[in-house]
Amino acid sequence: MKAQVGLDAVARFGWMRAHRFLLLRRLMQLSVMGLFLLGPWFDVWLIRGNLSSSELLGAIPFTEPWMLLQSLVSGYWPQATLLLGAGIVIAIYWLIGGRSYCSWVCPMNVVTDTAHWLRRQLKVRSQITMPSSIRWGVVAGALLATAFVQGLVWELINPVSLLHRGILFGLGAGWLLIVAVFLFDVFVVEKGWCSQLCPMGACYGLIGRISPVKVVANRREDCNQCMDCYVVCPEPHILKAPLREMKQGSSPLVSAQDCTRCLRCIDVCGQDVFDVTASLKTNNSIQPVATGNRPRTKVENNK
Amino acid sequence: MGKGSISLTRRQFLHNSAKGACVAGVTVSGLALVSGSSGASGAQALRPPGALAEAEFMAACVRCGLCVEACPYDTLKLATLFEPAPMGTPYFDARAVPCEMCDDIPCQVACPSGAISPELASIDDARMGLAVLIDQETCLNWQGLRCDVCYRVCPLIDEAITLEAQRNTRTGHHAMFIPTVHSDACTGCGKCEQACVLETSAIKVLPRDVAKGELGKHYRWGWVEKDKAGHSLLEQDVLDLPDRRPEGG
Repeated sequence: MKAQVGLDAVARFGWMRAHRFLLLRRLMQLSVMGLFLLGPWFDVWLIRGNLSSSELLGAIPFTEPWMLLQSLVSGYWPQATLLLGAGIVIAIYWLIGGRSYCSWVCPMNVVTDTAHWLRRQLKVRSQITMPSSIRWGVVAGALLATAFVQGLVWELINPVSLLHRGILFGLGAGWLLIVAVFLFDVFVVEKGWCSQLCPMGACYGLIGRISPVKVVANRREDCNQCMDCYVVCPEPHILKAPLREMKQGSSPLVSAQDCTRCLRCIDVCGQDVFDVTASLKTNNSIQPVATGNRPRTKVENNK
Repeated sequence: MGKGSISLTRRQFLHNSAKGACVAGVTVSGLALVSGSSGASGAQALRPPGALAEAEFMAACVRCGLCVEACPYDTLKLATLFEPAPMGTPYFDARAVPCEMCDDIPCQVACPSGAISPELASIDDARMGLAVLIDQETCLNWQGLRCDVCYRVCPLIDEAITLEAQRNTRTGHHAMFIPTVHSDACTGCGKCEQACVLETSAIKVLPRDVAKGELGKHYRWGWVEKDKAGHSLLEQDVLDLPDRRPEGG
């Protein structure tokens, strides 16, 4: 795997443009963290709480949907504030693309992106791969355990909520768990946590299944197959259909629910293939193929 | 792998499903282990006023820290790994910072889920824990001295903690004033534990289920039943057992 990506893009468009969405993302992640820290550090209370549940301007509640789901599964029916908060969060992430949470807000993203960068520099070549069903196994297992114990057991080990909460309220020995995820991503499974295991990512994926904000490979005929987008993409399997299968009639929309809308593919592409767009259409080559094993050529001739 | 345009064969589908099921199994057993070893089903720490019973609290609390930020005295903390409460849940260490028992209960108002129950109407009805004078061997009052600090600082003085006079058998002619906690009034705020003058507090606030005994359901206090009935509950010609006397007595 390439250690350096986006060299063509840098040469052609300049460093800033070849890193604009990465920089914007880091800025957004820092801003979200900063917004929460304004209260405890400077006594400016725009938002209270943490990403699990918070209150904006003393009025608007937000609730992490996965947190609410766990609470419901453990047999507790919460107050209306919590339900309303989850409704608001689901609406927002449906609108801007479910897993945009993962790449624009989640604090673990900085950790795992760093792990992936380090993995490329060290040229780690462990070949452990996992099918995407793993993630749903984790979701099912976590919810089963939650129902069984009737308590939020996933939250005893959830590094995502731990990290954000830790930065705000004290991490204590919690850094051990964060380092464990970091090392797992560097040495064991590539992009293992965010793309394979994290059940929160799975939930946001479901929320964003038909989100309007999508990446689109508008100029895919220009693609010179440098593979840079595959290297940086957290979920490279989603790029194949829109980028490579135009002959099979695949739409250029990257509409798979796994897409985190990190837009890094737009950054690194030296051929300027990708755009980000708002569209309610989906890439119709994805659904039929995933549901059956009909010959591929017969499926997408309607486009 | 997964979605995309790779068409799954039945074999691959079954294979992936089996892997997913295995991961689910591993997750369940892993989490069961973690929850068992970290005491997820019962914190040894004190919860905010009005917190639901521990088992229900573990289902209701979303670990958001709104109660912690609402607390004006920095009493509440969110637990992290290897702390007395399960990760992310609010608790307080009474010896360090006790609950000041705010009349408006800001932590309760802040809680979005109801884990800190809105049903608690008065802070005096809070039952965060129960103070127990756990070490009579070091408590100064138990030695016959007049420390009284735990009694003096109690927000519910003479209700939650009273001083009970006892004969001081060490001197033979003094009294001891024993700080005595009453579970029907003690809120578990922890002011007494914080104030105890010893290096390590002789009075400690414990979770109520740790501190309290429980009578068998069928137990009746004879004297109470007698008062209720208004007369002795025994038949008049009750069998009288012979008195046992010491040898030669």
